[in-house]
Amino acid sequence: MTERRKVVIVGSGPAGLTAAIYAARAQLEPLVIEGEPSSNSDQPGGQLMLTTEVENYPGFVDGVMGPELMGIMRNQAIRFGAELRTAKVSRLDLSSPSPFPVWVGDPEADEPTVEADALIIATGARSLMLGCPNEERLLGYGVSTCATCDGFFFREHHIAVAGGGDSALEEAIFLTRFASKVTVIHRRSELRASKIMQERAFKNPKIEFLWDSVIVDVLGDTKVSGIKVKHTKSAETFELPVTGLFVAIGHEPNSALVKGQLDLEENGYVRTVGRSSRTSVEGVFACGDVQDHIYRQAITSAGSGCMASIDAEHWLEERGE
Amino acid sequence: MSEKIVTLSDATFDEHVKGSDVPVLVDFWAEWCGPCKMISPVLEEIAEEQAGKLQIGKLNIDDNLEVTRRFDVMSIPTLILFKNGEPEVRLIGAKPKGQLLQEIAEYL
Repeated sequence: MTERRKVVIVGSGPAGLTAAIYAARAQLEPLVIEGEPSSNSDQPGGQLMLTTEVENYPGFVDGVMGPELMGIMRNQAIRFGAELRTAKVSRLDLSSPSPFPVWVGDPEADEPTVEADALIIATGARSLMLGCPNEERLLGYGVSTCATCDGFFFREHHIAVAGGGDSALEEAIFLTRFASKVTVIHRRSELRASKIMQERAFKNPKIEFLWDSVIVDVLGDTKVSGIKVKHTKSAETFELPVTGLFVAIGHEPNSALVKGQLDLEENGYVRTVGRSSRTSVEGVFACGDVQDHIYRQAITSAGSGCMASIDAEHWLEERGE
Repeated sequence: MSEKIVTLSDATFDEHVKGSDVPVLVDFWAEWCGPCKMISPVLEEIAEEQAGKLQIGKLNIDDNLEVTRRFDVMSIPTLILFKNGEPEVRLIGAKPKGQLLQEIAEYL
């Protein structure tokens, strides 16, 4: 028989887990369907599981490692009675009013796994890959999306980081602990990253920049031996002999589950109404990076998770539940 | 940790992996790796369920560089399935339990 829940939260990054903490404390006995293990930023704990030191999350004077912070939030949600299930939602049906059927596992199964009175979408965003021919083949053999996981293997190597935002510079700076040289490859002539990160990167003697440059291919037979770089202004291409490539060029929202069911922005992010977490379907709320392409911080994500939980609680109350 | 899981080191790796009657799935991991933490409970479950058919071994790469280098591990978590002491399959990155089992199924 299909299980019925007052609140189901899809996703377990800072947004999903904060929503879970609030919903659990409001006695709504939330079920968090947290996702399944993966190394590509669509996993339990969210993108912070792939990051290093988080220095800007309030409350941690000396910073905290991303995976550690997520472990703490998870335990906090469990402490108040949230149930976490390590599984992936395969399908949602938002075509009829609440309760909303949620499938885990076989999306074609006759009966949904659980029905949710209120649904909180906190599926986050995932890292974009470059999309060049040999990138996927060499993933794990020098191509990496996780500096914390793989930096260790590049002691005294020359490696490259693709991207120009905060994540790219954070990775580049972290990787200088191991690498002899880190080349940051950015397609423009200036960085998107915050001033403090830029300053640190410019000051770091191991970091150099290649401006107006894009990576067109990754070279190497059984492991990365170099990358092919194209200068966008002169259109010249050349090879850079690196043994590692870390990709941090941006993100896309994990909104496939609700595409065609909720109103999305043109760039695929879930549209929320005014200063709330409400979506185009009554009883469905969205929080975190799946609906935010502007701030995208752990703290804004957590804040929006809190909003979603309170919005859901009010909505359930108004329905008389 | 499940008592069905064996902790491997540079010193004991060959003895355990070459001497095993059943295939050994070795988890190359480290304390500082988020995705390694994610698959840890999955491996505990597999160790219990496949007891007698599959041995799970954990190798901390920080402390055991020799074996880590010998198998050219460049990303963690990396899982390598050894049968009769020879590496048969290599799985890179955290994966869901179902997918892990599927990818090693033909060697069990």
